Amino acid sequence: MTHAVAAHRPRVTVRVRLAWTIAVFGTIAFLACLLAPLAGSTPIHLSTVFDRSLPYADNIDAQIFWVARLPRVLAAALVGSSLALAGVVFQALLRNPLASPDTLGVSAGASLGAMIAITFNLDFSLFGVTAVPVASFIGSFGALGIVYGLSAARRRGTSTIVLLLGGVTVQALLSAVIAFVQYLADFTQTFRNVRWLMGSLDVASYPPLLAALIPMGTSWIGFATLPRVLDLISIGHESAAARGVDVDRFERVALVSASLATGAAVALAGPVSFVGLIVPHLVRLIVGADHRLVLPASALFGAAFLIGCDLVARTIIAPLELPVGIITAIIGGPVFLWLLLRKS
Amino acid sequence: MAAASKILKHIAIIVALIVATGSSTDLPASREALRWTAVASAQAGEVRPTRIISLVPATTEMLFVMGAGHRIAGVSDYDRFPPEVAKLPKVGGLIDPNVERIISLKPDLVIVYDTQTDLKQQLDRARIPTFRYVHRGLPDITETMRMLGDRIGAKDAANAAAARIEAQLGAVKARVAGRPRPSTLLVFGRDAGALRHIDASGGYGFLHDVLELAGGTDVLGDLKQQSVDVSTEMILRRAPEAIIELHYGESLKTDRIEDERKVWNALPSVPAVKNNRVYLLRGDEFVVPGPRIVIAAERFAQTLHPEVFQR
Repeated sequence: MTHAVAAHRPRVTVRVRLAWTIAVFGTIAFLACLLAPLAGSTPIHLSTVFDRSLPYADNIDAQIFWVARLPRVLAAALVGSSLALAGVVFQALLRNPLASPDTLGVSAGASLGAMIAITFNLDFSLFGVTAVPVASFIGSFGALGIVYGLSAARRRGTSTIVLLLGGVTVQALLSAVIAFVQYLADFTQTFRNVRWLMGSLDVASYPPLLAALIPMGTSWIGFATLPRVLDLISIGHESAAARGVDVDRFERVALVSASLATGAAVALAGPVSFVGLIVPHLVRLIVGADHRLVLPASALFGAAFLIGCDLVARTIIAPLELPVGIITAIIGGPVFLWLLLRKS
Repeated sequence: MAAASKILKHIAIIVALIVATGSSTDLPASREALRWTAVASAQAGEVRPTRIISLVPATTEMLFVMGAGHRIAGVSDYDRFPPEVAKLPKVGGLIDPNVERIISLKPDLVIVYDTQTDLKQQLDRARIPTFRYVHRGLPDITETMRMLGDRIGAKDAANAAAARIEAQLGAVKARVAGRPRPSTLLVFGRDAGALRHIDASGGYGFLHDVLELAGGTDVLGDLKQQSVDVSTEMILRRAPEAIIELHYGESLKTDRIEDERKVWNALPSVPAVKNNRVYLLRGDEFVVPGPRIVIAAERFAQTLHPEVFQR
């Protein structure tokens, strides 16, 4: 009897904590989604936005709200949560607190795809999504292929360190190819390449968001199977295997899901740095190391964090805007340093 | 960390690009330096250069216009005009000049960007004279031309060509004088097929100057930047009456023009969209602040004031 109660109690506690975590972080993310479209580089009046007597074609405030701001806030939410989730998974999988969506080169692969599309003037569209994001997503798949190959080698007994080093090497290699493509670019293309690499959430339409939802949604399904396994893997490969976990299979799911999420996020917004690195750490400070809590909390907090950073980016030097990647690094960098010092 | 250093690197490149393409803030120091170069070279009693290397497409075009094209021994990788440059040796560009190749061509004058300080030092060590090119606004085009002509011993031809350009620009200005000046968004670049990463002219630079000369008002003219990363929100709010998009090289195929124009329909409240005043112009004369600036000015004026040119 006492045994049954003792075994039962922690499960209830986790459920309650999960409910609390989702409630609190969900509220933050929801409020961010709701409030962020109200602020921007220029003032708008909500009464005008929803004024039915004014035709949409003449309603500037409505267009600012529906075309300029709302897709942008939604893009920030999707990208922020995808990068944060990918960060959590990479950090657990590689058992390295410095791992991030950039670590294994998937992000560099996506950047390479975009650089190629810009430099060689690729002009096509797929399901309402234009050449640059499509090429970027394809690029992330190329990098994913290499990373997957590395993980296959890992099944033959390579260590996490080798996977990590291999990933870092892939990233360096792809960065070199990016530099080469940039070298081929002319003046105006170089400028656009550099701007793309700074990240931008001003998507100005909904089809790119819907398209990004396909790989992102797939990755979320993958992530949903992972929490308990990640707990075990982050303790150690062998102890996870000893508890009957099919470590290889789950590692593949984790790798592919995190890479899909990263690729879709970078294709949509460019390489937005630091979100995938620091959001998991911030969340772990608050909810602890249990991945059943860390994963949903990171998804929600990542969304809110990037919405917040983008809000700063588009208002701080209004009417001009800063690329959001600069804000995430400027805010994320010091926060991360503070965390590191505090921990040590 | 890698990401941070990457961003820093990119910022450095952007700064280099902005400095190189020239923000038109008045920099008396560099203007002075430019004059000084010309004066110093003249004092040194150098012979009239006959093997000139031009790393700047704009100065290459100037040399041809002042009748010194046959004296050019090499040009940059970016040179496309006039067609004669196709046969000339290519010696690198702004960020990657090929010093070995430059020296091997035995030049007696190398025209470098003001920001290419390393290259200048190397050439100084090799005792190869240089002419430093600084570019800012529209008036600097003809000023540079006169200085360059003075430096290479083609003063009269250069002065005549510069005066001709100034007269032609004056004629464009006179034709559109008194016409209503539509507020215009001048777009330098964006993603194909989408209103993303829109890069437009701010209140500095030769294209801004040309737009204003050709009878338009730069809708971002109050922003003291040569190039502005403009958001859809700002475009909606500023409501330009005309939008001119520039496309260079092969970046826009003829059968795509209509599709690319339609992309702007996503912002129906913008007067330029509503009144069908979104124009896509193709041509390399918009990138090179050289003698072809007259063509650029005429095309802007024809685009914004077609009624004046029909008469």
